[in-house]
Amino acid sequence: MLLIDCPYCGKRPELEFSYGGQAHLARPHRPSELDDQAWGEFLYMRTNTKGVYAERWRHARGCGRFFNALRDTTTDHFLAFYKTGEARPTLDAAAALPATPAAERAP
Amino acid sequence: MSRQSFSGLSLIWRSLSKHGSWQQQWRKATPKPRYDAIIVGGGGHGLGAAYYLAKEHELTNIAVLEKGWIGGGNTGRNTTIIRSNYLFNESAALYDHSLKLWENLSQVLNYNVMFSARGVMMLAHTVHDIQVFKRHVHANRCNGVDNEWLEPAQAKEFCPPLNIQDNIRYPVLGAALQRRGGTARHDAVAWGYARAADALGVDIIENCEVTGIRRDAGGAVEALETTRGVIQSRKVGVCAAGHSSVIMAMAGVHVPLESYPLQALVSEPVKPIFPCVVMSNTIHAYISQSDKGELVIGAGTDAYTSYTQRGALHINTHTLDAICELFPNFRRLRMMRNWGGIVDVTPDRSPIIAKTPVPGLYLNCGWGTGGFKATPGSAHVFAWTIAHDAPHPINAPFTIERFRDGYLIDEAAAAAVAH
Repeated sequence: MLLIDCPYCGKRPELEFSYGGQAHLARPHRPSELDDQAWGEFLYMRTNTKGVYAERWRHARGCGRFFNALRDTTTDHFLAFYKTGEARPTLDAAAALPATPAAERAP
Repeated sequence: MSRQSFSGLSLIWRSLSKHGSWQQQWRKATPKPRYDAIIVGGGGHGLGAAYYLAKEHELTNIAVLEKGWIGGGNTGRNTTIIRSNYLFNESAALYDHSLKLWENLSQVLNYNVMFSARGVMMLAHTVHDIQVFKRHVHANRCNGVDNEWLEPAQAKEFCPPLNIQDNIRYPVLGAALQRRGGTARHDAVAWGYARAADALGVDIIENCEVTGIRRDAGGAVEALETTRGVIQSRKVGVCAAGHSSVIMAMAGVHVPLESYPLQALVSEPVKPIFPCVVMSNTIHAYISQSDKGELVIGAGTDAYTSYTQRGALHINTHTLDAICELFPNFRRLRMMRNWGGIVDVTPDRSPIIAKTPVPGLYLNCGWGTGGFKATPGSAHVFAWTIAHDAPHPINAPFTIERFRDGYLIDEAAAAAVAH
């Protein structure tokens, strides 16, 4: 089980949280002006990154608030937690990941 | 290349020489510089696609590239359940095509895949379940797929260990039974397809991970970069399951996939006690007994996307809570092993078997939590798609473009494992 550090409440077990998927997806301001391709991309396409992934969590059985996290999806280690609306933190070299055998990189 | 034929007689004959005269079942191939077609991913779907390309489409200069060992991914990690009682016409056609291929697969491959049509029973615990399952039963019958409704007493008769008392948290209110469903030996499916494909000249190359896709000036696929060198091919079929997003990103193709860990576990082996497959979507219990005697139990997916091939323990214990209520006589069984696989889930829980925007690149993915049952059918229509550069009528609806055009095949209810 993951130990998740809610920016508002501190470290709590994963059971208190619900997952919100890929972070930093902005809903288009005028969806009706998008073509099908762009709307489909927004609704369904995800980077599904192997490596450092910015994702949303919600402290559903706690403060109820959404926040973002950086997690390495090859190890499930969390690298950073930050509030919604804040920019994605840049990781220093020490926190950078070991290369996967195929040296894939996060987009 | 001729292969020894397997039969009861050959087993007895070779036992006289203490089984010293069996041949290897497939070659350890090294990559050639060029192939007519390459399949990325040496699981059941990939090996099967190579087999059908060689067998039915006379393309024999083919390689299957596997980054680990064949059948070591989701083919070797699933709970081996086979059924075809999906709701929509498109899915029923695809999964029933597969089920019909399962029925003769051992004979066709001359390899015992141990397909056992022991029946798959899906339990209803709420009024909503009853309504949904009855709708499934009727829809399936319209599509010529067998599925029948059982009252609790009939369910108990079909599966005697089942607890149908009404004093549990979610009592059994009925069940939908597909008698043609069942199980097969998962490893044997990979090995059987590998052996049969190898006999037709297909190179099966293990420990060979794809690291890049090279495209020509027109954008078409021309070669794969791998950990064992550059390999030329104008046709590449990707069956990479949980890693499909990673491979497709190498060609700049966006896919609507998220990869989640899905876990399973087995108990210590016991004598035959469990005659069928029982699934309960509502309370997360999926159970059957292998021929070795282990109870094979499927758990749910974890909440978050991951590539780690492991999940959290609370997912397993949640399933075991449900198993212990439904089958109280298993309460003192010890669990022997648990493991995870990475499943690629689409938004509508239906697969993608299609051409991609990149000429020469074909994609078979999105099987989510239930790809094993579809192995022969998926491989068969995928081989057709690669050979003809056009989809087979069965997989024509399963495109990537359906997520742009809105023609979703929403099987979230039939996909069984709650996501």
